[in-house]
Amino acid sequence: MLAHEFIRNALLAGTFTALACGLVGYFVVLRAQVFAGDALSHVAFTGALAAAAAGVDTRIGLFAGTVLLGVVIAGLGERARPDDVAIGVVFAWILGLGLFFLGLYAANGGGNGLLGARALFGSIFGLSPSDARLAAAIGLGVVATCLLVARPLLFSSLDPAIAAARGVPVRGLGVLFLALLGVVAAEATQAVGALLLLGLLAAPAGAAMRITPNPYRALALSAALAVLATWAGLALSYAVPTVPPSSAVIAVAVGGYGLTWLLTVRRPGAISAAT
Amino acid sequence: MHSVVAAHLSLDPAFDFDQLTAFPFLVNALEAGTIVAVMAGVVGWFMTLRRESFAGHSLSLMAFPGATGALLVGLPAALGYFAFCGAGALVIGAAAGAGGARGRGEESAVTGAVQALGLACGFLFLSLYRGVLASYESVLFGSYLGITSGQVLALAGVAAGSLAFFAVVGRPLLFASVDGAVAGASGVPTRGLGVAFLLALGLAVAATAQITGVLLVFALLVAPAATAQLVTPRVGVGLALGVALGIVTVWLGVALAYATDYPIGFFITTVATSFYVLARAARALVARPPAWRRRRVAHPPSEGAAAA
Repeated sequence: MLAHEFIRNALLAGTFTALACGLVGYFVVLRAQVFAGDALSHVAFTGALAAAAAGVDTRIGLFAGTVLLGVVIAGLGERARPDDVAIGVVFAWILGLGLFFLGLYAANGGGNGLLGARALFGSIFGLSPSDARLAAAIGLGVVATCLLVARPLLFSSLDPAIAAARGVPVRGLGVLFLALLGVVAAEATQAVGALLLLGLLAAPAGAAMRITPNPYRALALSAALAVLATWAGLALSYAVPTVPPSSAVIAVAVGGYGLTWLLTVRRPGAISAAT
Repeated sequence: MHSVVAAHLSLDPAFDFDQLTAFPFLVNALEAGTIVAVMAGVVGWFMTLRRESFAGHSLSLMAFPGATGALLVGLPAALGYFAFCGAGALVIGAAAGAGGARGRGEESAVTGAVQALGLACGFLFLSLYRGVLASYESVLFGSYLGITSGQVLALAGVAAGSLAFFAVVGRPLLFASVDGAVAGASGVPTRGLGVAFLLALGLAVAATAQITGVLLVFALLVAPAATAQLVTPRVGVGLALGVALGIVTVWLGVALAYATDYPIGFFITTVATSFYVLARAARALVARPPAWRRRRVAHPPSEGAAAA
């Protein structure tokens, strides 16, 4: 399996993307901002298509779109925690806008919707070596940033009022976090696609929280589970070629969450124990 | 009869109306859209009140595996839509109830996981059913062309059922949504109502997705209702306003899509969002007047009177 170059590229990009998703995903679930992650992942679709319609590199559109919307969403709510109705309206419109760009791109002779499908569902087996290295570098950057702000971010996520009183820049951290989430969304869009990214954000983190109440252990576990799910999914997709890699990764991640749920269903709440 | 080639909108509403109702396919689209707008307005009002937009969005995405799965095994698409949306509602409802003690973080993690799994299944079905990759667009983004009279009838049936559901449980549901703890204490089965509501939401979304497409149902579900709630806190007025805004949105969307070459989904989301933005801006102006007005108000009345 490792003899193929496309597999090595997929593993390199996938591992670091999953690491970033697992770490950031833990905070996403802890802060109950999965919906914001959902919105940002859909914006990735619009960003990619807008860039394609304008004729620039899709990655520029991806990162610009998601980071910009991350900051906008942060500005919509108190303490950079937006309410879900505002997110819903904004991103319903952004999706419509993506559809508009899709039409524009197709009208300019851009092809038969293959790009749309790739933006929505990812194409990790189609990465070139330089794509993979870039994805790994960005993933590493996200991981480093996340670990750097982990402590204050944890504090401000669990108890914003007390964190603010102790001088933690709660609002700034909220904006930074959503911008980081935007970077992750753009990054993961290339690997698993805009529509499936949410599985890598939510499922490993949800499982990790059910297993341990200790936030640092859960953080590490979440990242480890995401990486494992990616490896297992890629291997599964390699063994059964009709299963697309992104579907396999998500199925393994959500399957693991389901299993954890069944095993820990009788335990008392992990999050409330941590606070 | 107006010619198809010269499709354009004028500023004369009567002319535009004639033009839009001249073709059976457009009449079907308008009928279906109106039914959908009524249903989505009512369901969406409760959805935004209960802060369950994320669940609503996830359920609407469940229609994607539904459609592609039905295509794969050769069943009618409508069956797939209803089966997957209904199943998704039950899973999310059950998990939300079971994880209640862990708060919203856990609940949203489950919802997100269910959504991703559904989409992954949809993508898998699509790649198993070879050769139709081009048609994923119409599943995701919908098409207002080619809606049959039979579909309109089926939609009307679902909408009637859904409205009947809200007529029966509307009052306790409202109570449970506004104050779950007190409602539970006075004997309202809040958890059962929550699951029943998600199920109704799933069915409404499944019906809507067949017209507007999986990704854009949400615009009709959330934006008109959210606008109505910004404008008025009253229940009856809010529901009526949400429905009216939805209908206006659909009609404008169909008319604009007919008059131009761009997809209907873009117009529907844009019109719905503009209403919301307008309402929010108006509200912000009322709540906090701009600086020039605020300064005038800030002066004590006696000082203002003295200056005058």
